[in-house]
Amino acid sequence: MDLVSIGISFAKILFVIFGILMLGAAASVWAERRVSAFMQDRLGPNRVGPFGLLQPFADVVKLIMKEDIVPKQANKFIHDLAPLISITVALSTFAIIPFGNKIELFGREIKLIVADIDIGILFLFALTSIGVYGITLAGWSSNNKYSLLGGLRSAAQLISYELSLGLSIMGIIMISGTLRLDQIVLQQTEYLWWYIPKWNILLQPVGFIVFLIAAFAETNRLPFDLPEAEPELVGGYHTEYTGMKFGLFYLSEYANIITSSAVMVTLFFGGWHLPSAEYWGLHPLILGVLQIMTFIFKIALFVIFFIAVKWTLPRFKYNQLMRIGWQFLLPLAILNFLVTGIVMLIL
Amino acid sequence: MEKNKKIIRTKDLNILQKLYIPEIIKGLKLTLSHVIRPRFTQEFPEERFKPEPSFRGRPVLVAENGIERCVACGLCARVCPALAIEVQASETELEKERYPVKFEINMARCIFCGFCEEVCPEEAIVMSNEYLLVFSSLDDAIFGKDRLLKPIEEVKDRLEFLRQFRYNKQETK
Repeated sequence: MDLVSIGISFAKILFVIFGILMLGAAASVWAERRVSAFMQDRLGPNRVGPFGLLQPFADVVKLIMKEDIVPKQANKFIHDLAPLISITVALSTFAIIPFGNKIELFGREIKLIVADIDIGILFLFALTSIGVYGITLAGWSSNNKYSLLGGLRSAAQLISYELSLGLSIMGIIMISGTLRLDQIVLQQTEYLWWYIPKWNILLQPVGFIVFLIAAFAETNRLPFDLPEAEPELVGGYHTEYTGMKFGLFYLSEYANIITSSAVMVTLFFGGWHLPSAEYWGLHPLILGVLQIMTFIFKIALFVIFFIAVKWTLPRFKYNQLMRIGWQFLLPLAILNFLVTGIVMLIL
Repeated sequence: MEKNKKIIRTKDLNILQKLYIPEIIKGLKLTLSHVIRPRFTQEFPEERFKPEPSFRGRPVLVAENGIERCVACGLCARVCPALAIEVQASETELEKERYPVKFEINMARCIFCGFCEEVCPEEAIVMSNEYLLVFSSLDDAIFGKDRLLKPIEEVKDRLEFLRQFRYNKQETK
């Protein structure tokens, strides 16, 4: 590995962390507040910068300036560690997602993916499971009953939904025969018929619905935001967090939404694939940039969907949450898995 | 225990509703339809609410050619339920013979009831359409004559409204 390829890897990491995740999180915070305001016939923040676009940055400045309070009885080390775990996991899961096709730059072929590893999607599941520790430890170390309840709920919820999440994509892995996400995307760039691309949503609609619902639970979003249910748990696991430590939880929540959206786009909606774009005869570099834009556009649509759902649905009760997870999603995921296997055997 | 068995669901859900997803889509349609609806928000510092004449803003003294109409009869101070008004009378060479040397309204006490305006025999004190009241101390909240006087042109609408109101009231009697 020479210096240039190390530099390229660095550039990719910087692009993913700052270009996609951080900016994306800021943009989704802004979109969340504006869209929710529009849904309630309000205007939302529109003072800082044009259309209030700089509002998230003003929020970050505010959070950094705030006092950092640690409760007297809290376990200080773990209390400090928990947000770090959350943010590390949130920022590193994106590494395995291809955000574009290969591009040629300065005579080099660059694969637009940070970590091109064989285990692919499994890496993501492994990391999101570590992410639970951030929330659970935050709840435990705060020495506050509400935080503890939030942390416990989060652990229970993530364990139940991780199963359905993993099983729901078994169908895709069986169809494509690989765990590598770049291969999965490449297989989706083929065409089923005429200009209709072979996106996995058309082959695995049930798998998609299960994955979507489980992804909502994984990211702790309404209707499954029990770990931070404000009406019952004050602030849930981050009740005792102030300043930028709270900000890190907030940031990781939005980074997780973006990563979940990106995974859904990659697995079910053809990733960076813009149907028919490869026949337009564009310069390969322009095509590459266009594909990155397509990828970001698809993620943005999903983020807006996440926001719309949050401001539409009421929260589930804890027993309903568990019932849906174990009695509805899990059997459905297994059924989808089985049916896919049978169909593949017959064909 | 027996009672619990008697719970009847008044409305059973049909299969589409039990599937839950069509209902979610319906809900999403509703919330998303609100996104494109026109908004009624007035963005305050730029856009300001223009009150109707019936609006009771801060009380002001009506001034004709720079001289207040008030004859310092003290009825407003007497009727004020919050004891916000203080009047000190004196004599003057003018036709009205009496005038207030001191006329103070403590705006920290004023409750905008409009009794002073109602009781005034000279139409000298009226509720204006001003609603922006900011003061940094309680001393600052005591408005003297300098801040209370307002040319009659600016409160014309309110006076008109009051006359109409009084006329109607007599008619019904």
